[in-house]
Amino acid sequence: MSTELNLGPLLFHWPVEQKRDFYFRIADEAEVDTVYLGEVVCGKRAPFFEDQYAEVTKRLTDGGKKVVLSTLSEVMIDKDRQLVSRMVETKGALIEANDASALWHLEGRAHRIGPYVNVYNEKSMAWLAGKGAEHFCLNPELPKSAVLELAQQAQTLGVGVEVQVFGRISLALSARCYHARAHDRVKDNCQFVCEESPDGMELDTVDGDAFLAVNGIQTLSHPYVNLMQEMPEMAQAGVSAFRLSPHDCDMVKVCRLFGGVSSGRLSPDEGIHGLQEAGIAASFCNGFSHGVDGYRWVANS
Amino acid sequence: MNDLTRPELVCPAGTPASLRAAVDAGADAVYCGFQNATNARNFAGLNFTPDELAEGAEYAGQKGAKLLLAINSFPPAGKFDLWRQAVDTGVQTGVDAIIVADMGVADYVRTRWPEQRLHLSVQAGASSAEAIRFYCQEFDIKRVVLPRILTVAEIKAIHDEIPCEIEAFVFGNIGMMAEGRCSLTNYVTGVSTNMDGVCSPAGRVEYKEDTQKNLTTRLGDFTVDCFACGENAGYPTICKGRYLTEDRREPYYAFEEPVSLNLTSLLPDLMKAGVTALKIEGRQRSRAYVKSVVGAFRKAVDDLMAGRPPELTELLNLTEGNKQTEGAFGGKRWR
Repeated sequence: MSTELNLGPLLFHWPVEQKRDFYFRIADEAEVDTVYLGEVVCGKRAPFFEDQYAEVTKRLTDGGKKVVLSTLSEVMIDKDRQLVSRMVETKGALIEANDASALWHLEGRAHRIGPYVNVYNEKSMAWLAGKGAEHFCLNPELPKSAVLELAQQAQTLGVGVEVQVFGRISLALSARCYHARAHDRVKDNCQFVCEESPDGMELDTVDGDAFLAVNGIQTLSHPYVNLMQEMPEMAQAGVSAFRLSPHDCDMVKVCRLFGGVSSGRLSPDEGIHGLQEAGIAASFCNGFSHGVDGYRWVANS
Repeated sequence: MNDLTRPELVCPAGTPASLRAAVDAGADAVYCGFQNATNARNFAGLNFTPDELAEGAEYAGQKGAKLLLAINSFPPAGKFDLWRQAVDTGVQTGVDAIIVADMGVADYVRTRWPEQRLHLSVQAGASSAEAIRFYCQEFDIKRVVLPRILTVAEIKAIHDEIPCEIEAFVFGNIGMMAEGRCSLTNYVTGVSTNMDGVCSPAGRVEYKEDTQKNLTTRLGDFTVDCFACGENAGYPTICKGRYLTEDRREPYYAFEEPVSLNLTSLLPDLMKAGVTALKIEGRQRSRAYVKSVVGAFRKAVDDLMAGRPPELTELLNLTEGNKQTEGAFGGKRWR
């Protein structure tokens, strides 16, 4: 069975029209199997796009894509809690849970586990599978050694395993909005300044080294993870899906390149070369997969 | 006297000596971990051997204090046995509760040792009533340690909606990121907070002084902060460093300043909000620090219970760089 290629939830706050047009283009042109929709990062952003889901879902489904709704990762205040319960109640929707509050609502229902729920080992995976989880997108900090073990376990359990292979990596969540803070505001008074950063607000060290990217309450890696080199081995071991995290670049092309590497039509080197021409404004990393500093790039020897 | 319920004072024990100091200074409970990756303070020279844990349990027991064992990191696939051993040793030692974060570990305790009392670690990041109810229902959690991201009003609201006790941090280091959901250390050092129990490992920390006596602090290959001559240089933690953005060309604390959490002035509010246990952070701190902080909190809680205004000035001298914050607890403006 060939490995699925999936588009993760858009992590950034794009204007509604841009976001809708993005998904329409994905629906019509991108060669991906599943598209995850939903505001994962900030509950305050969610209302802007809520009335678009029906239309976007229809367009994606008409384009042959499966749609999964991905829940908010950090659920704290009443509005967050309502957002999660509303999403879970969406008729006929398959849900990806990103925190334990979603799991509470999903009791007795088949669902997916997102990368913000900590599943690091076989025991956690087996326990959650027993509660109805049928697909797991793993935490990006897991080294390949653990990913391979979990992929094996997943095959025994008959569940799917997904690994993020493209895009900035989520490194931390906080209660505080760092976008607002950079503009001397607080979260309640943010005026949605995060809309100015379609790929996140870059943080440099005091000596000017590119370091991190801020996305509201989320802190991301500066480099984009790129696991083209590692994909063949992961697929071989039973990883059933690869996740591309959307960025403000030619994502249709990114999908095509990753699809090419996944199917063996392109070599990883050809894929990486192609990506460098897709308008990505940062370097690549794959350190986590190799069990070293996550920001590093380890070239295939 | 007044209508407050006497809270349990839960104190850090990084070493057997700190455990005895905390118990002697009036801790109602002490928490500790083993000398390995099974707990979230896995630092060289810290924590307990199984024998030391047994001695600690006996010492605490004689003085009427409880012993809580943190097994609150996330075992990566293929390494679960170390966590299993930690649980078995802890249960056989007779610890009063095990503090867990990983669902696999929680499930193991529940299945193998059904009678063992479980607390949910702050590392599980359960920040809503639904999340807490989920863990209570599935693993019979008796107490949740709340993330340091909630206001006192929100804690009160959660209290009314959950079936277990609440433990809240009141003093010590305050990380800026949601607990159990931060890979920043791994990103720059290759060592994971969740899997290895390490945040900002000392072995990857570097202090560099230039000819003008400016001090640069680094973690791994990245500069975390730079201090002018005479400034008090903090330990380099990524979430308390200074950085630049396109709009801010002067270094600023993008996440938080190097401050400590100090909720002493909110103690009565926390007690009224239904908090059962007040937790002091600091297993990595010295025995002398533990003795002073625990002693001061013992007195503060006793004063409050007796209806006397507590005296807390000495605690300020123990906070990081003498700077303190009420963090999220004080109100929504912090976020």
